[in-house]
Amino acid sequence: MTDRREPRRLVWQRAELVDARRETASARTLVFSGPAWTGYMSGQHVDVRLTAEGGYSAERSYSIAAAERPRCFELTVQRLPDGEVSPYFVEEMAIGDEIEVRGPIGGWFAWRPETPDPILLVGGGSGVVPLMAMIRERDRAGSRVPFRLVYSARSVDEALYRDELADRSSTNDRLIVDQIYTRSAPMGYERAPSRISQMDLADLSWAAGSAPRCYVCGPNGFVESVSQLLLALGHAPDMIRTERFGPTGE
Amino acid sequence: MDVATRGFHGRETDPAHKLPPGQYEARGFPVLTAGPTPQIPLDRWQFTIATEQGKSHSWSWPQLLSLPQEEVHVDIHCVTKWSKFDTVWRGVAVDTLLRNVETSAKFVTAHSYGGYSTNLPLADLRDGKAWIVHEYDGQPLAAEHGGPARLLVPHLYFWKSAKWVTRLALATEDHPGFWEMLGYNNYGDPWREQRYTGD
Repeated sequence: MTDRREPRRLVWQRAELVDARRETASARTLVFSGPAWTGYMSGQHVDVRLTAEGGYSAERSYSIAAAERPRCFELTVQRLPDGEVSPYFVEEMAIGDEIEVRGPIGGWFAWRPETPDPILLVGGGSGVVPLMAMIRERDRAGSRVPFRLVYSARSVDEALYRDELADRSSTNDRLIVDQIYTRSAPMGYERAPSRISQMDLADLSWAAGSAPRCYVCGPNGFVESVSQLLLALGHAPDMIRTERFGPTGE
Repeated sequence: MDVATRGFHGRETDPAHKLPPGQYEARGFPVLTAGPTPQIPLDRWQFTIATEQGKSHSWSWPQLLSLPQEEVHVDIHCVTKWSKFDTVWRGVAVDTLLRNVETSAKFVTAHSYGGYSTNLPLADLRDGKAWIVHEYDGQPLAAEHGGPARLLVPHLYFWKSAKWVTRLALATEDHPGFWEMLGYNNYGDPWREQRYTGD
């Protein structure tokens, strides 16, 4: 945390869309190639700049979903109903199209494989993206650190990375994934759909006594609620890292 | 660099005010915080200015409210790219709080309940440029937006406007704060787009 590197300006670099896959009806993963990055940590974000033909440009920040190969990174973008940039990423952008990027950025909501603490991840909606980056980084690095994800989504249809999370957790006994549905639960699912509660967190996460480092990401209301529930369960404030996500019109 | 993004049109708008480079106008009031929101009872709230000589000046909540209050209308700019126009705050100018404070410090670190900190040149808090605010839009400042009271330094990116502020530590040397040690710019002028280290 006190790493005082030489100030080095992050420059804008060109990135080309080389692959894309649909995650849900309103979310898409985009694979970009091009930028040379140094010092990527899972959980970080990237700034993107899109410039229209007439010269108008828009900048946004997005969490990095994966950066497992050199000069390659993935974003998973949720289309916002009234968004300016996200509908382009989800509906319009085609293989070969280019944007500019600057990053990776952020040293707080980030996980390094050297961190010895057990990790509790709590994600709401598209807030699972940087948490997924941490899970992928853990596997890539061959880490055996215990990880636990509690992921809250409205319904099965809106949950990101379902198959991949199931695959990774079924082949790894130190990665536990639990899903919570808030609007509609799949057939045979015991828990009635509702917002995440203190009981859910008590059941599905490690006790405060095991001192996990907690990463909470989602819409502001979700993050406020979950971080207060974690405090109530005895987790120390300085073990809870938060990132608030989503539309700026809350 | 000259990169056009094919198929992107965007929504070029005519914002009511000039936007700093790379910013867009937000209608809501987004929240950005590194950890849980602290809950601070007003009867235990205290605000302190500590000088580089080790002298402390402290105010309780009623003492803060008994000082001259100012209403502040400003635009705010968050490093995460949103700007919000015409926000209305109420509080005490930092000038008022510094009136009886003897110092030759050039720098200040603002410390918050919950452990957050951010550093600024002291000059950026003087001459009507900064306040300790406790109302937003005519209402007591909500905890998630930094209540009971936060620093307001609207000419810098909003992470400099420390939420839940409790202490200004004056110093002869600059000590980088929380985000400043984690890749964010030491000064944070939105008009020069000083977002990250080295910008």
